Amino acid sequence: MFLPPEIPVKVKVRNLNFYYGKMQALFDNNLDIAENHVTAFIGPSGCGKSTHIRTYNRMYSLYPDHRAEGEVILDGKNVLDDDVDLIDLRTRVGMVFQKPTPFPMSVYDNVAYGIRLKAKFSKKELDARVEKALKDAALWDEVKDHLNALGTDLSGGQQQRLCIARAIAVEPEVILMDEPCSALDPVATYKIEDLIRRLKQRFTIVIVTHNMQQAARISDYTAFFYMGRTVEFGATDILFTKPEKKETEDYITGRFG
Amino acid sequence: MDNSGQAGNASQWRDALFKISTLGSAIFILGLLAFMVLVLVIYAWPSITKFGFKFLVSTEWNPVVGEFGALTTIVGTLVSAALAIMIAVPLAIGVAFFLTELAPLPLRPVFGTAIELLAAVPSIIYGMWGLFTLAPLMGDYVEPWLEEHFGFIPLFSGPPMGIGMLTAGIVLAIMILPFISSVLRDVFKMTPQVLKESAYGLGATTSEVLWHVVIPYGRRGAVGGIFLGLGRALGETMAVTFVIGNAHELSWSLFSPANTIASTLANEFTEASDDLYLSALVELGLVLFLITFVVLGVAEWWLQKSAPKGKGA
Amino acid sequence: MRARSPAVRKGINLLALTGSAAAAFIGLAFLVWIIAEVFYRGIGAINWDFFTQLPAPPGEEGGGLANAMLGTVIITAIATVLGVLLGVLAGTYLGEFRHTRIADVVRFLSNIFVSAPSIVIGIFVYAILVVPLGNFSGLAGAVSLAIIMLPVITRTTEEMLRLVPTGLRESALALGAPYWHMVWHVVYRSARTGMLTGIILAVARVSGETAPLLFTALNSPYWPTGLLEPMANLTVTIFNYAMSPYEDWQTKAWGGSLIIAVIVLLMNIGTRTMVHRMGRSKSGEGH
Repeated sequence: MFLPPEIPVKVKVRNLNFYYGKMQALFDNNLDIAENHVTAFIGPSGCGKSTHIRTYNRMYSLYPDHRAEGEVILDGKNVLDDDVDLIDLRTRVGMVFQKPTPFPMSVYDNVAYGIRLKAKFSKKELDARVEKALKDAALWDEVKDHLNALGTDLSGGQQQRLCIARAIAVEPEVILMDEPCSALDPVATYKIEDLIRRLKQRFTIVIVTHNMQQAARISDYTAFFYMGRTVEFGATDILFTKPEKKETEDYITGRFG
Repeated sequence: MDNSGQAGNASQWRDALFKISTLGSAIFILGLLAFMVLVLVIYAWPSITKFGFKFLVSTEWNPVVGEFGALTTIVGTLVSAALAIMIAVPLAIGVAFFLTELAPLPLRPVFGTAIELLAAVPSIIYGMWGLFTLAPLMGDYVEPWLEEHFGFIPLFSGPPMGIGMLTAGIVLAIMILPFISSVLRDVFKMTPQVLKESAYGLGATTSEVLWHVVIPYGRRGAVGGIFLGLGRALGETMAVTFVIGNAHELSWSLFSPANTIASTLANEFTEASDDLYLSALVELGLVLFLITFVVLGVAEWWLQKSAPKGKGA
Repeated sequence: MRARSPAVRKGINLLALTGSAAAAFIGLAFLVWIIAEVFYRGIGAINWDFFTQLPAPPGEEGGGLANAMLGTVIITAIATVLGVLLGVLAGTYLGEFRHTRIADVVRFLSNIFVSAPSIVIGIFVYAILVVPLGNFSGLAGAVSLAIIMLPVITRTTEEMLRLVPTGLRESALALGAPYWHMVWHVVYRSARTGMLTGIILAVARVSGETAPLLFTALNSPYWPTGLLEPMANLTVTIFNYAMSPYEDWQTKAWGGSLIIAVIVLLMNIGTRTMVHRMGRSKSGEGH
């Protein structure tokens, strides 16, 4: 369940339990997320992988009857503690959602939204940061001539890259991606996978996917979730070729799910 | 970025302000309603203590001697609203069915929009039309004809005056017709095409599909909508005040002038010369408020009960 | 089961369909009749003086309803400011914190409040403003209209906020936005066309209200001079003039009705085209 000691760990998950009201959705999850690597979460739908990553940025705190217990330790601090400043946490842990969620404003303002929240920048500096984020998200060439167009007018794949640009523009340490390609066509998916591979130089990336090939293609480590439990965790090439657990083997060989 | 701590504090402060102001406004609505009932009760108190329960069952309304009873106005309110519902609902079912099933396809949105626009026309305009156009027609043609053919029924006997309960009921019916029609149309539209097609597939005729599939499917929504229409008819002031004749009398004849709570208030409130008179009028208002509150509450409860299921019978 | 002959069933069907079409025709005919009558009778009153002059003394010909139109605009404008402010805030609470117990209660009561008899609201405002201030006033009229608007705007605001996808809210929060900032910059921006529509419809609704003004703003034959005095307004003027014995006043009442009807209908049609255009641009965007 844990990484070898020589690998720097960004997030340590220990005995994480999660409840939707009275229903328990996660059971004693244990994991390590390696710094500057891509970790993929796979498993059948409803297995708890999305629920799991939504604890890292405390997104569940929005809903009164959602409750997490245990530890999610980001750089030595348990983010589930009551004294955690959620705004500060979320600038450190960014998130990209399943469906693209461009705000109803211009491409420029979409990317600038998070930057403006962090601090006041001069127009010039803001321009530079927006441009850099759009370049990092491989979207700059497509939108540089219409930065004032509505973000919602872009194509689906462009919208998702806009959301990635928006997330990396605030320079988080960790980026959570919740099935970011499930609403996209293969070409757009390819572009985003390429992007993820490049972004791991600078960010720690956790990606939830229902697509095993995608996990195999882009991730360094993979966790297999089943019925709210972290069944198996390890280096991606090993997990996909020599799984230890029967459930993992059944899942990756397509015998269920 | 050094000021992130400060920004955090300012943000928390603003978040608190946001929550307090929205919550405060929501609670303000509750408080306003409670305060409204309280104020009405306080103003009505002299009348409540003086007349007690008798207020609700006495037909005496005599400001000169200070005797006040609400029965004629309560009966007038209920009868005019009941007339309106009896006239409007069958017409509205016809209109709604026409709009969803019968009208030529390109015309449906046009008719639908027209109906919705008419629901927005202020009630004073219905009152004007009732007074200047409908009432003379009622007095000269409709009521004499009714009396000649149905005069043996007490409801349709008596001198045709044009102005009175029947005219008020008709004006109210026309006023709530667009509202009920558009609610029913929305309800009829909700019937899944598959259900209708399976009934047609069994050889049902159009009217059988309406009767056995569309109406049962939308029953709850339709009843709720009709209750909302009833609530409007009960509380309506202007469409009634113009044409009801404003007489504090109970009569079997629908031709005679009568009164509703709302029309009494509109006519007499600013003229109430002494405290007891004013208090009795406020008590009338309180009674109207409670009647409509119960009717609308039942409608709302009914609609909320039926809303989440969405699957029908 | 008793077999029924197809001929009988077809006959019943034909009868029912004819009845439905007839009902639709009767219903629509009445409504068209009313609108036509308002135009036909009202158009005669419309002239330059009608919009610029004070009313003529009782029994005299001429004059106009300029003061009443101005008064209606003032009263409605104040009512809109009050009603929109509180209504949007309360609707935001219902939309953003929708699962709380208070939200459930407020939602239930404001749904009822929407259809509460407007004349009773007039009595209430008479009691809390007119009596303490010792005077009928434009302000009291505005407050009573604001109370009528409040639940309407609360409801539509909530409905519009509910249409904003959760993903949009979570995305903004995930960037570290404080809740208020997310609502202000993302949620309101997404819902603004719908909210604006709701506000315009609420304004249209109260601008034709008469009953709550009878005991609050009252009426006046003069120009509005202050908020704490009785204020001329179109709807009460229509009521008074229609009930008067003077033919010229009755014509003016029809003219006033025409103005109100046209304004209310224009506001409704305007919001429809707005929503329509929004819908079209939405469906046109993206792929």
